[in-house]
Amino acid sequence: MRGVFLFLVITILCAIPGYGQQAGSAPASDQPDNAALMQKIRDLEDRLVAVEGQLRVLKSQQAAPVPPGAPEQAVAQEAAQSAPAEQAPAQPTPSPTVAAATSEGGTQAGTLGGAGGSAAKALNPDISAIGDFIGVAGHNPVQPSPSLQMHESELGFQAIIDPYARGDFFLSFGEEGVNLEEGYITFTALPAGFVAKVGKMRSAFGKVNTLHNHVLPWVDRPLVTNNLVGGEDGLDDAGLSVERILPAPKGIFLEATGQLFRGDSGDAQHPLFVSSGKSDVSAVGHLRAYKDLTESTNLDFGLSYARGHNDQGSNFLTQLYGIDATVRWKPLRRSIYHSFVGRGEFIWSQRQELPLEQKAFGFYTSGDYQLGRRWFLGGRFDRSSRSEFADLTDQGGSVVLTYWPSEFSQVRGQYRFTRYAGNIDTHELLLQLMFSLGAHGAHPF
Amino acid sequence: MKIRSTVRSFGVLAGLALLAGMILSPVAAEAKKLNVVTATTDMAALAQEVGGDKVSIDSIAKGYQDPHFVEAKPSFLLKLRQADLLIVVGLQLEIGWLPPLITQSGNARVQVGANGYLDASQFAEILDVPQGTVTRAMGDVHPLGNPHYWLDPDNGRRIARGIANKFAEMDPSDGAYFQQRFQDFDKRLSSAEQKWNTEMKAYRGRKVVTYHRSFPNFAKYFGLEVIGYVEPRPGIPPTPSHTIEIIQQMKRENCRVVLVEPYFDLKTPQSIGREANAQVVVYLPSVGGEKQVTNYFELFDYDIGLLTKAFSATQ
Repeated sequence: MRGVFLFLVITILCAIPGYGQQAGSAPASDQPDNAALMQKIRDLEDRLVAVEGQLRVLKSQQAAPVPPGAPEQAVAQEAAQSAPAEQAPAQPTPSPTVAAATSEGGTQAGTLGGAGGSAAKALNPDISAIGDFIGVAGHNPVQPSPSLQMHESELGFQAIIDPYARGDFFLSFGEEGVNLEEGYITFTALPAGFVAKVGKMRSAFGKVNTLHNHVLPWVDRPLVTNNLVGGEDGLDDAGLSVERILPAPKGIFLEATGQLFRGDSGDAQHPLFVSSGKSDVSAVGHLRAYKDLTESTNLDFGLSYARGHNDQGSNFLTQLYGIDATVRWKPLRRSIYHSFVGRGEFIWSQRQELPLEQKAFGFYTSGDYQLGRRWFLGGRFDRSSRSEFADLTDQGGSVVLTYWPSEFSQVRGQYRFTRYAGNIDTHELLLQLMFSLGAHGAHPF
Repeated sequence: MKIRSTVRSFGVLAGLALLAGMILSPVAAEAKKLNVVTATTDMAALAQEVGGDKVSIDSIAKGYQDPHFVEAKPSFLLKLRQADLLIVVGLQLEIGWLPPLITQSGNARVQVGANGYLDASQFAEILDVPQGTVTRAMGDVHPLGNPHYWLDPDNGRRIARGIANKFAEMDPSDGAYFQQRFQDFDKRLSSAEQKWNTEMKAYRGRKVVTYHRSFPNFAKYFGLEVIGYVEPRPGIPPTPSHTIEIIQQMKRENCRVVLVEPYFDLKTPQSIGREANAQVVVYLPSVGGEKQVTNYFELFDYDIGLLTKAFSATQ
């Protein structure tokens, strides 16, 4: 890299006196030719800007990985790609020298292979850490939580792997240990518009199941997640996923996702799917329809289905059906100040167990309004029966207030009332502080 | 039973795949028109200048929207999946919303580093590149330099040339057409520059305060001096103490104009304006910020019109 830079600087330095001489001789013979002089200065400026831009491109190309096994070829391609872009800005004479510099720099990057100095750093993935501290006040005999906890620290490693795929890792460090929350490769260059993921991932069942803790609008997860969809970890398993945008009438976005997993999901306390043998796989299907009603309002609608084997054994199936609907409002001119998200998710669970199959239903509805640039006010209503004992129903509600000192930290307070089956009432106050370091990739909408 | 259930699980997947395959209609491409998607309206405007009627262009962000905070709506995927070329502003301006769209698009042509991905910042002169260590204590800084670089006619010309070359590379049979369009744009821009320079000449050296740091290239080109910002740090909303400082600084340095992007709240700028006896001007950083501003030339016409009025009123 240093070599390239040196070479470019020398090239420029050599070029400047040349221009100076030409420029110096011109006015002597022909006084009013200021315009030509200005033009020359401008051309020179353009060349300098082009060289600077090229340098930035080179730097970022070093960051992009070179496919193993064929470094020479890739470098040649890089040089070839950058050459045409270079030629045009530098109209008068110059491109051979600059192009030479580019290819020389390219070879050097190839031999370095990202091993030395700043080049190695440039190859690092985006690394981020998110801290999630929760304090809870109030008595809850059914689902007790500790008074103070460093609930989950999420480490993210994200990078483009090669021209065909990107990789994302999210490790969560909880109080009990480390868990690979997600770790998958996404193939972005498949034919016919297919996108495939392989690894461990949060499955596409509904909305809230796909969300990491730190992007939830609440401190906790809804009751229906706890009762029917495997608790906080939810449907999160190793497997593969294929999605594709389907053709639809104009203006409607329609996407289908099919996923196949090993068949183990849910928290230790709420196992959702348990695979007792290799063939006990689970499957998830999701269909999403989205439409912009106006530029600031849109509707998002989803149908989900999941099936797998439960903790009773290979002969016992659990099937989940879900409907989710979201309405969002965000006026574009004031998008950083006001917005509203209303959401509901309805889930039916059908669990085979002895003596009787249990059919349970649960839902939540929520609304979140952004009061100002830093303040959000939200509420949620919860109701869900329990998957194993469908005649036991819990319900509750929450009010949430969130404050953002900046995009990278937030403070949240949540008052939660729950009436568990058997008329056990609880009142709790949850306080949360979240903070993020580093470059955390944006989340899907 | 076990085998049957496995088969059924695979069946779900296979069914979905089949469904997708069956209705997979071939994209009816109009007679080889390049399908271009840009991140912002400014890139769209410049691409339109050189692309003419040989390309169809669509921008993701609107001109009156804060380009840092665009929502990654799925409807944008519908545009992106058909695109032959994606032109981005770069320098991490779109980092909060574009990467997931690109990943989800299922379009190999526009993935980062692919031939259909064009980062326009490589063509432009970039200012405010932070030196030394960059931390978030500085606010939402862009480590690669200030991404609001298009408000400089010279950069506009350079970007247009870069885009014309890219078009010619992707559609060689219309290469001469694109070069011709660029030459024409260049000419019109040069004569517009003369006009703008004459209009702004009297105000060289004038001091302004802007809300966000989206003005450096414009200020440099027209010789204005940006002495401070309404935001205490990039991306951090105004604080009372910083507002007082700015008011005092403006009085001290006799700065009488506050420039605000159309997507920011006017309350703080207006109270600064009252205290410092300054005019508050809602200038447009992007094409399409107002209905009548539909191209790159009208963007400068509009902003220069507002600025000259404000400068002459606060003589």
